Amino acid sequence: MPKITYVAVDGTEQAVEVPLGTSVMRGAVLNDVDGIVAQCGGNAQCATCHVYVDETTLDKLAPAAPEEDEMLDFTACPRRPNSRLSCQLDVTGDLDGLIVHLPERQN
Amino acid sequence: MAPDERPDSVVVVGAGQGGHQTAASLREFGYQGRVTLVSAEDALPYERPPLSKAYLKGTADEAQLWLRPATYYVRQSIDLVKGTVTGIDPAARTVRLADGSAYDYGHLVLATGARPRVLDVPGAGLRGVHTLRTARNVDALRAALASARRMVVVGAGYIGLEGAAAARAAGCAVTVVEALDRPLARVLSARGAAHFTRLHQREGTHLLFGQGVTALHGNSRGGVDAVELADGRRLPADLVLIGVGVGPRTELAAAAGLPVGDGITVDASLLTADPYISAIGDCAAFPYARSGNRLRLESVQNAVGQARLVAERLTGSPRAYDDLPWFWSEQFSTTVQIAGLAEAPDTEVVLGEDPDAYSVLLFEGQELRAVESVNRPTDHIAARRLLGGGIKVSPADATAPGFTLKGHLASHRGGASG
Repeated sequence: MPKITYVAVDGTEQAVEVPLGTSVMRGAVLNDVDGIVAQCGGNAQCATCHVYVDETTLDKLAPAAPEEDEMLDFTACPRRPNSRLSCQLDVTGDLDGLIVHLPERQN
Repeated sequence: MAPDERPDSVVVVGAGQGGHQTAASLREFGYQGRVTLVSAEDALPYERPPLSKAYLKGTADEAQLWLRPATYYVRQSIDLVKGTVTGIDPAARTVRLADGSAYDYGHLVLATGARPRVLDVPGAGLRGVHTLRTARNVDALRAALASARRMVVVGAGYIGLEGAAAARAAGCAVTVVEALDRPLARVLSARGAAHFTRLHQREGTHLLFGQGVTALHGNSRGGVDAVELADGRRLPADLVLIGVGVGPRTELAAAAGLPVGDGITVDASLLTADPYISAIGDCAAFPYARSGNRLRLESVQNAVGQARLVAERLTGSPRAYDDLPWFWSEQFSTTVQIAGLAEAPDTEVVLGEDPDAYSVLLFEGQELRAVESVNRPTDHIAARRLLGGGIKVSPADATAPGFTLKGHLASHRGGASG
């Protein structure tokens, strides 16, 4: 299973294995990682699974689809060029080694 | 100081999305007291929206529905209790469970949710007649779908239509019977309803409108085999899904002497008549901030928003509930998103020429009350910001040449132009 690292605001890192076919959001929820709310359950409807993708691992990801792009304007913490909705990041082998930073808040 | 502030313990009855969120938000906001979350269901708290979609189709397993894994509740010191609450003693501030146990509360949150309405006709209890509310309901329905050949769905709401879509995907012949003249009549404009009718017809679902069901008939083995309509027709069926809406679970509140109508009556801060008892989510009838009317909403957004408000109040930050309602549904890769709530719209303005991608703006007088977007996520996001931010949009604005919701939003935010 691909390994994904979630970095909390205080710098604490949690590296967990996330099942293929799920999402970076679901990987956090299943592994009990704090900092992702995912109110809408992974449908790009609520922007409460916002993450900042580590610049060194940005090339692992395809660009955001229009729905995700629009919803990224709705995040509680400021949108940055490396902002993504983790529910829209499908877990494939390519994501092994992905590092995401969690924002200060999601609501 | 009101008696409900900073209680030493909180008991939450019901572990759906609202109940779970109440417990989670209490901890998020630093609440240190005892938190007990009582669940009548035989599962960790889970999301319901995927039940009628991915979970019914078998593309998501139960663990993917969990709001949080079991370790979360341990780590957060949330006491997840399996059991059925049988009574509240408001004087002693105690709830009793069916197994004889009892829990004292400093504050009680009723997040009891709703239950499917029963179809009050002969034969409603036959084998093969299903409802769709819990994961166990869907386990049974999915198993039945594997061998069913003809399904009749009673009720063309979201549950009925999503069930129909899953049944079509499973290769089952499907007829949807609806008493009103269109689907989703309670929640969608006529244009949206016509759109979803076309979609389901295109997928081979047969839809009958303006038809009441008078009886369900069974075979000699006690299984359903036909649905009888008001006009006397009998539709053969080896599987029936009843999707005629849900009713709030108010019995506990009523038995405790609390005022109850269509939902447990609460004030703007979501308190019942008892200052030690709140009610949230599907079971609560609250005053809608934008109209003052008392209403009840069945949505994830409403359950979560109200849960957070109660958790804020119990940790010392009371406010009145005025979150903007929003909602979405997906059927056959068509997404409908609704921002706001139109209780009695008198004017509609449609944005977009594409019959498969448009938004309907619903006005009451000069005031925009809701926006229903089909495959137009940009409109939906802008609508949430406009309605949530109190930015006025009139029918004249919306019919002006070149009007877009996003453009209107930009022009009303600090003079920014785009």
